Amino acid sequence: MSTDKTSTNAQKTDAQKTNVQKTKVEKTSAAKQDAPAVENPEAAAAAVTAVDPRLLVREQGLAGYVGEFKRKMRAGELGSIPVVVGLIIICVVFQSLNSAFLSAENLSNITITMVGTGMISVGIVFVLLLGEIDLSVGSVSGASSALAAVLAVNQGLPEWLAILAAIAFGAVIGALHGFFFAVLGAPAFAVTLAGLLFWLGFMLQTLGENGTINLDSDGLIGQLTTYNFSDIAAAYGLAAVVTAIFFLTGFLGNRRREAAGVPSRPMSDLILRTALLAVVSFAAAFMYNQYKGLPLATVIFLVFLVGTDFLLRRTAYGRKVFALGGSVEASRRAGINVTAIRISVFAISGGFAAMGGLFLASKIASANQSAGTGDLLMNAIAAAVIGGTSLFGGRGRTWNALLGVMVIVSIQYGLQLESIAEPVKYMITAGVLLTTVVIDSVTRKTQKTAGRA
Amino acid sequence: MTRAPVRHHAPPAPRVTSPAKLVRGAGRNYPPTFLHNLPPGQAAKEMVHVSATPVLALRGVSKRFGAVQALTDVTLEIHAGEVVALVGDNGAGKSTLVKTIAGVHPIDEGVIEWEGKAVSVNKPQDAQSLGIATVYQDLALCDNIDVVGNLFLGRELKKFGVLDEVEMERRARDLLTTLSIRIPSVRIPIASLSGGQRQTVAIARSMLGEPKLVILDEPTAALGVEQTAQVLDLVERLRERGHAVILISHNMADVKAVADKVAVLRLGRNNGVFEVKSTSQEEIISAITGATDNAVTRRAARTNAEVKK
Ligand SMILES: Nc1ncnc2c1ncn2[C@@H]1O[C@H](COP(=O)(O)OP(=O)(O)OP(=O)(O)O)[C@@H](O)[C@H]1O
Ligand SMILES: [Mg+2]
Repeated sequence: MSTDKTSTNAQKTDAQKTNVQKTKVEKTSAAKQDAPAVENPEAAAAAVTAVDPRLLVREQGLAGYVGEFKRKMRAGELGSIPVVVGLIIICVVFQSLNSAFLSAENLSNITITMVGTGMISVGIVFVLLLGEIDLSVGSVSGASSALAAVLAVNQGLPEWLAILAAIAFGAVIGALHGFFFAVLGAPAFAVTLAGLLFWLGFMLQTLGENGTINLDSDGLIGQLTTYNFSDIAAAYGLAAVVTAIFFLTGFLGNRRREAAGVPSRPMSDLILRTALLAVVSFAAAFMYNQYKGLPLATVIFLVFLVGTDFLLRRTAYGRKVFALGGSVEASRRAGINVTAIRISVFAISGGFAAMGGLFLASKIASANQSAGTGDLLMNAIAAAVIGGTSLFGGRGRTWNALLGVMVIVSIQYGLQLESIAEPVKYMITAGVLLTTVVIDSVTRKTQKTAGRA
Repeated sequence: MTRAPVRHHAPPAPRVTSPAKLVRGAGRNYPPTFLHNLPPGQAAKEMVHVSATPVLALRGVSKRFGAVQALTDVTLEIHAGEVVALVGDNGAGKSTLVKTIAGVHPIDEGVIEWEGKAVSVNKPQDAQSLGIATVYQDLALCDNIDVVGNLFLGRELKKFGVLDEVEMERRARDLLTTLSIRIPSVRIPIASLSGGQRQTVAIARSMLGEPKLVILDEPTAALGVEQTAQVLDLVERLRERGHAVILISHNMADVKAVADKVAVLRLGRNNGVFEVKSTSQEEIISAITGATDNAVTRRAARTNAEVKK
């Protein structure tokens, strides 16, 4: 077997070496026919041989797309499919139990409620990409909202300023945790566990004697979760714009790739994706317009999801975050400033925790002692993992946070409609989390055998 | 041989014609590079010009890991247009020496001179900015990132601050093609490549940019016949273009084929520098083993000793 390989290799080498001149002549004439611009036929010939004959080249068109999809399924590259299937199952089950579940009002409320936890979860995705964990996000969100409330209500600062201060506060706390982890080398787990306790204490201290600061429900923070764009054009317009931008970027990207001669996705692929996105976004817009209109909270959440996805997958910064999740030593040798990236990721996590805290405070129109406690931290981490972010670093997207938090909040609302008590809710959420982690591990195994993990 | 269809939408030819563009630089149009396909064997003889000041000189370099004195008072000089082979037994300190030059492990004592001036190389960025490209023995690639991403890791091409994936992919394909590197796709994660394929990606990675000194730590150890030949050709092309190369290898045939000088390390110390042309393989091997005899006579001596017992 191995001798076979060696001998064919040797033959190839011989053939290539002795035939360089010959190939040159032959290939020039051959290449002339279809591409007169060829100046370097040798390299062009190499371009042909450079494609591994064992590579299963995808067919063009829709058939190829379906084939690729099937192959991916078999290889365990499930991506977001399990959680989407899970969401559909959740909807079917709760809808059959109570027809109010899929009502515009309930769905609208779910998508507003999920923003608080979802924002925190976005920060968690960043930290998980490094292969680390941030246990402090719950407390940091509580502390930040307490700070915003004190500044806005007790100190009389304008609310926008209080919001900015709270977010900056969260980011600085995160950076501080990052400093202990990245510069002093303390384990992130321990540092953020200390942070969890410290910032919980800080919040209780800040809120002072009576423990609750009521927010002006018509103020900026209050409006975060109550304002809706009631004009039906808003929701439909946003859906149209999002679909159009998605299609255009895909289309222009494909054109550029074709012009540069690198493989691109077939047009049918792009059309299929765009159609899918259009169906989902217009259905959502229709649903919102049945109730109070497009909620501000959802729009903000979407803006941050798009922004962070862009940051992670389209910028050098994001590439560095992924690289660190893959191999710290390789990143260091590639000249990446490991310390700076680590600190910045924890700062991002802290900043998103603060934003999440503001949305959660807005929902109850107050900053109180229970903010950031209870199952908030666990839900934020579970959302990231349920959505498909790997706990081992280097794999995941911020959209995972959206999908995951949708699952968790849907279950909460569904159980509430059924008036099922808190204990059962915990147990069911635990079951979902365990299921996704098991699916993750099993698909990872499949991916290993398919050479993709 | 069956060839899979190439999924080029446009004829690939015009791009392949400009290998100069493969090389990263501030400007889009970098001067032509070694990637030009020179007629085989032509330039090899005439273009070797060794300058007076060495590109890199190590003077009295020592490095210690806890209780292990990995390097003691090591001296080494490499000139432009010169291939220096660094040889020595396992654990002799070759990789450690490479890592001190590359800034992975800062030196404890001694001086590193770059083009005649003493420099401090404390982190990999320092070495990179001097123009040192390194292929490590323990590969430094990120498993979760695809081939293109790894090739450009830490020096991504950007357009308005956004990653220019198309351009990076195009250059990556051209580079791999020019180096005759065969991998299934440039968009699959490194994790799904074989050991040798990873090695070729790591080598290709060091060829991006315009390094003045290329360090290859056992680059051919995991490679097949064709790929080994390619790497050796590549080393020659680097020399022809006036780059300095440090090549670490346990394969004396490879060393004799491409190196100008052989520097021997033994137990972390210099054990002689030899001109390849005027030195026999036996002399080098005895310097490596630290004896005047060679492996055969050693074995003979050992069996003799056993017989005596
Ligand atoms: N990071 C490290 N920490 C501690 N000791 C190390 C480290 N790296 C290398 N050493 C020690 O330094 C010595 C030289 O190792 P090095 O890797 O340089 O050998 P080498 O010449 O490259 O060997 P090989 O031919 O097997 O690659 C060895 O004794 C090794 O144990
Ligand atoms: Mg070594």
